[in-house]
Amino acid sequence: MKVVLCSFLLEILLVAVVGQVARGQGMAGSSMHLASPGGAQSKTNSQPSRITIKDFSFGPTSTTVPTGTKVTWVNKDEEPHKVVSVDEIFKSTALDTDGEFSFVFSKPGTYKYFCSVHPRMVGTVVVEDSKPNGSMK
Amino acid sequence: MDRKKIITENLNQDGVDRRGFLECMAWAGTGAYFVLSGGVLKSFALSGGMPREQMPKGELAFVQISDSHIGFNKEANPDVVGTLRQAIAKVNALPTRPAFALHTGDLSQLSKPDQFDTLEQALKELRTEKIFYVPGEHDVLDDDGKAYRERFAKDSIGDGWYSFDSGGAHFIGLVNVMNLKAGGLGSLGSEQLAWLEKDVQHLKSSTPIVVFAHIPLWSVYPDWGWGTSDSEQALGFLKRFGSVTVLNGHIHQTMKKVEGNVTFHTAMSTAFPQPAPGMGPSPGPMKVPAEKLRSMLGITDVNFIPGRHTLGIIDSSLEDGSM
Repeated sequence: MKVVLCSFLLEILLVAVVGQVARGQGMAGSSMHLASPGGAQSKTNSQPSRITIKDFSFGPTSTTVPTGTKVTWVNKDEEPHKVVSVDEIFKSTALDTDGEFSFVFSKPGTYKYFCSVHPRMVGTVVVEDSKPNGSMK
Repeated sequence: MDRKKIITENLNQDGVDRRGFLECMAWAGTGAYFVLSGGVLKSFALSGGMPREQMPKGELAFVQISDSHIGFNKEANPDVVGTLRQAIAKVNALPTRPAFALHTGDLSQLSKPDQFDTLEQALKELRTEKIFYVPGEHDVLDDDGKAYRERFAKDSIGDGWYSFDSGGAHFIGLVNVMNLKAGGLGSLGSEQLAWLEKDVQHLKSSTPIVVFAHIPLWSVYPDWGWGTSDSEQALGFLKRFGSVTVLNGHIHQTMKKVEGNVTFHTAMSTAFPQPAPGMGPSPGPMKVPAEKLRSMLGITDVNFIPGRHTLGIIDSSLEDGSM
């Protein structure tokens, strides 16, 4: 059987861009709020990072970013997916095709996440300590 | 008295090999007719010559429909309401009016109220007394299934499970799409398992059991999440029963497996096909030529002959049949 799979971008689900100040700070599932772009929690000039959801996997599966980076996931599948932190630090709503979800990582650490709709889909964001001027203490 | 055959070994070792998959896939889209008799399953393609009228009828007839994905509008099927209506027409044209229907989940694409509305409206045309539902992962996306339960499983327990009796058989609707763990598969959870154990405790071992749930309760293809992590425990509670039938959806194609007294069966979708296990980069919607689509969608109807442990399962695509 010839299987042809490809993706079409027909529907856009607008998803609130979610920011969260710090790991473990008042995140209880629904207490998400809108981030102010370039707001107070962006301590560095780090480039935003994008993770593509395609063929039921996160690409790249593991990504390393400096503290303060805004990471955005975008769903390029025809199947809805979710981005959910294993430690319940962040959680998207269902992302339809082209749906996006963002989170600002303001504390160093290793953040494991998965798609709670398709739990075989797992990924990791490693947030490294970084100083705005590159100075080390 | 003869003891009924029970499963004695290998219940966990249910990996399906490549050959098995290919055999199963030979049935997809052709429609197939299954008869289980004394633990032996015989199957015939609907195109194989046996007229539908000659197929055995039981004392209880019901149908299974699955994976309607109302709200999906991509290329694999831009008209999922249309194909659902065709499936309904197919059921309505069956020679035996089904006592009830089972919908094994993914009623909607995105758990949206208007999608649930559309499904409910369309299914009003289905000629049967009642429709029993279990949720798919698409029906519980952002509210842990609250809206789904309010509409489709009002009298259920916990996340939406329940049981009922009909035609001398005991039917159990299970939920395995909630509280899924990172890296894992479908899950029933300890609360539901405890309920199930109690639910079947007082039944005679001769009672035919029909279990229905969205994600397969056997390991069809774990790499794609096509299995349920704690299904072994659930099946363990059912070991003593002489006839157990497990009906699932989720994988959008027919597959079957017989293990001891347990028959596993998955139904076609009414919306779009998905690839055979491993036959593609992911288990997403599979695009097929428009003229081929209807042959890969369909319904399942089941005839029970109580007392003889005989079960007839007929899969028919939207295309075949002379109705």
